[in-house]
Amino acid sequence: MWIVVAVLGPALWPYDPLIQDFPRLDAPSAAHWFGTDELGRDVFTRVLAGARVTMPLAVLLVGLSVAIGGVLGLAAGFFGRWVGETVMRLTDLVMAFPTVILAMVVAASLGASLLNAVLAALVVSWPAYARVTRGLVVGIREADYVLADRLLGFSPLRSLRTDIVPMVTGPVLILASLDIGTATLLLSGLSFLGLGAKPPTAEWGSMVAAAIQNFDSWWLGVFPGLAILTVVMAFNFLGDALRDALDPRTAGELGKAETR
Amino acid sequence: MRPLVSSPLARYLVRRLGVSALLIVGVTLVTFVLTNLVPGDPVAANLGQRAAENPETVAAYRAHYGLDRPLPVQYVTYLGNLVQGDLGESQQTHRPVLTDLQSAVPATLEIAIGAIVLSVLIGVGFGVVAAVRRGQLADSALRVVSLVGISVPTFWLALVAFYVFSFQLDLAPGSGRLAPATTPPPHVTGLYTLDSLLAGEWETFGDALAHLMLPTLVLTLYTVGLLTRFTRSAVLEVLEQDYVRSARAKGLPGRTVLFRYVLRAAMVPILTVVGLAFGALLSGTVLVEEIFAWPGLGSYAYQAASHLDLPAVMGVGLLVGVIYLVINLVVDLLYGAIDPRVRVQ
Amino acid sequence: MTALEIKGLTLRIGDAEILRGVDLDLEAGRIQGLAGESGSGKTMTGLAVMGLLPARSHVGGTITYGGRDLLALTPRQLGDLRGTEIAMVFQDPSTSLHPMLSVGAQLTDHLRHHLRLDRAAARARAVELLERVRIPDPAGALRRFAHQFSGGQRQRIAIAIALACSPTVLIADEPTTALDVTVQAGVLHLLRDLAGEMGLAVLMVTHDLGVMSAVADRVAVMRDGEVVENGDRHQVFTAPAHPYTASLLASLPGATGGVRSLDDVRALEES
Repeated sequence: MWIVVAVLGPALWPYDPLIQDFPRLDAPSAAHWFGTDELGRDVFTRVLAGARVTMPLAVLLVGLSVAIGGVLGLAAGFFGRWVGETVMRLTDLVMAFPTVILAMVVAASLGASLLNAVLAALVVSWPAYARVTRGLVVGIREADYVLADRLLGFSPLRSLRTDIVPMVTGPVLILASLDIGTATLLLSGLSFLGLGAKPPTAEWGSMVAAAIQNFDSWWLGVFPGLAILTVVMAFNFLGDALRDALDPRTAGELGKAETR
Repeated sequence: MRPLVSSPLARYLVRRLGVSALLIVGVTLVTFVLTNLVPGDPVAANLGQRAAENPETVAAYRAHYGLDRPLPVQYVTYLGNLVQGDLGESQQTHRPVLTDLQSAVPATLEIAIGAIVLSVLIGVGFGVVAAVRRGQLADSALRVVSLVGISVPTFWLALVAFYVFSFQLDLAPGSGRLAPATTPPPHVTGLYTLDSLLAGEWETFGDALAHLMLPTLVLTLYTVGLLTRFTRSAVLEVLEQDYVRSARAKGLPGRTVLFRYVLRAAMVPILTVVGLAFGALLSGTVLVEEIFAWPGLGSYAYQAASHLDLPAVMGVGLLVGVIYLVINLVVDLLYGAIDPRVRVQ
Repeated sequence: MTALEIKGLTLRIGDAEILRGVDLDLEAGRIQGLAGESGSGKTMTGLAVMGLLPARSHVGGTITYGGRDLLALTPRQLGDLRGTEIAMVFQDPSTSLHPMLSVGAQLTDHLRHHLRLDRAAARARAVELLERVRIPDPAGALRRFAHQFSGGQRQRIAIAIALACSPTVLIADEPTTALDVTVQAGVLHLLRDLAGEMGLAVLMVTHDLGVMSAVADRVAVMRDGEVVENGDRHQVFTAPAHPYTASLLASLPGATGGVRSLDDVRALEES
């Protein structure tokens, strides 16, 4: 549903998310379902508009992480030796750091902007994909059918393309779909700390942060937060469903029983 | 005579410590490079725009913090001081970073320890129940709980909890570690609950505990969700193992099979996630401490990062890196304690 | 003397008919072989006796033991019978023993539960059992873990665990299939000797007719959830009554309907 909101965008907005024409800090009413904020903007509109800010960026972030981590992981797993060692020690380093703190340092030094927040989050999120990809590649590399194809004279690159990449794609995509929720949380968290979206932008994390200034007006913070919660839940749910559908282990209990 | 068992363990520990030391140096290097190669200017960030326009002020500032020397020299100097236990001086608080950390760490530990203990108890318990009652009502209910747990933005939850329990219902005290009127207990460990108990100050203890409650519970929700989900799948996997069927075939009661056979095997993967959960907790403290005005490591890290306070950032990075390595080491040693196959190597 | 009687046993899991009326008698001190291809229902027959069928199973018929129908017992009553009166040895000892519990712990926990032995008595009994299944250094073995033993030793340990509480019925599900050919014979002889000494009624499930001919007193052949033939070993192997049995025997390597006998296995053992 949030995807629909993000795609349709302005068509659904009752008002302009930046316009400041309304009474300030009005409680939710028929005209303003989620009330108005300290500058007289319609919160409902801003929450809807926020869907177009955070969600595409979260998807972009995960996409970039998969690309970078995937390529490095493939290289590390397939070429082994020092390439693998170098990449793995690098992931060790990054993973020894708590995500938010490292991202915070990067974001703070790059300056506050949404794109910089994505870059900062990227620094901390690619290693997970590199590790998973490498683990899968190392497992598959020695499988009989890959060795068989190599014996048939497949070049390393062809073997990589036809035998390995397709086998790795599924699990990595499952991980990615489960990760979009986490990415959304990280990005909105950075924005909440003032290291992401800048003031006029309707971003959920920064809207929650702004709500601290007007503590009495609960609607300012509650609705953008609920928006984050529901979006992340939806992505997590989707990821779960995808995993259940693609993981052969959960299916076919009957077949297993007799062969034991 | 050398003890037969402990010598491989000792060698293992020495090797681990060596690797750890290298990683720590790596962590400082990464932090150092990151904070220096990026466009932000710590001088402007700390002195303010007007002072930064005065070349003399800037030069004096740079000289004071050693920023006028070439970067490699700065880094080597830092490492040299580090070996002597000197983490440098914060450009923001103008106190030694070590002193700052010494006051911030106990505050964070007080939340983090409570949160991790609660999370493990609740999360592992929930996960086991969900696995045993797979497909039943309890499983579905716990699935929703854990899904909400891992999906809720911590900073928002903290805010809502604060608003509802402190502001509206007045069930929890306000922000900070103690009420403004309460004086901190005499410093022993820096953990206010423990220190007040040691001093026999019951009222201070109650106040500290009350202040701890909300931030701890808020932090707990995410890790409970994480651990519930993970424990459920780990236990389900073990339940399918042949040795569980063997245990049933021996006529052992379900309870014995579950605790003695299933949980023991499931504990190995669960431990890994507990380690990860602790990392997630530390990340979570940054956001939660901001809202509860908790003077801990998270707040300090945030202040340091947003002001590009290099020595402070390095200090935090170093400390957190050490904490991670210690957790990893503890987890690995616990593996050995649980799984004899790991011990052999 | 009949120790356990299976009559008209049917099993349906979901929509699949697994067993269609199985009749078998187990006699004290004798080994009843149960042969058949994968999927013929022989393993499920064993699990049904143990009450360890998978979820969503629907069973019919009766399994009578000591005057009681096992299929009508409550889980608790069944739990009291399992391990004490009816025990089971599984196919693969590398997965059927717990990897993180010492052999001693796995040998004594049901002794202490069922027979209420104290720690020392349970330990003494465990050492005696390991001696009986010919594990070297039984006292030291108690402290060790499954991965520290060879495959054959593991299966001997699994047998010791199964026999700990002196059961009267033993279900052995492919007890040698996962083992090296060279140690199979030893484990089979052990089972046969123990069956004789303890007066055990053994149901030996296997797809390996060579194993069957080595130890079984009677041989039943299953196909598609039914017993198509059941008779004296010698009769089944030399003059099979059912064409399916004949075709199974003919498919044995190097066999032209002839017998692979105990001597073949002995020869292997000595080589």
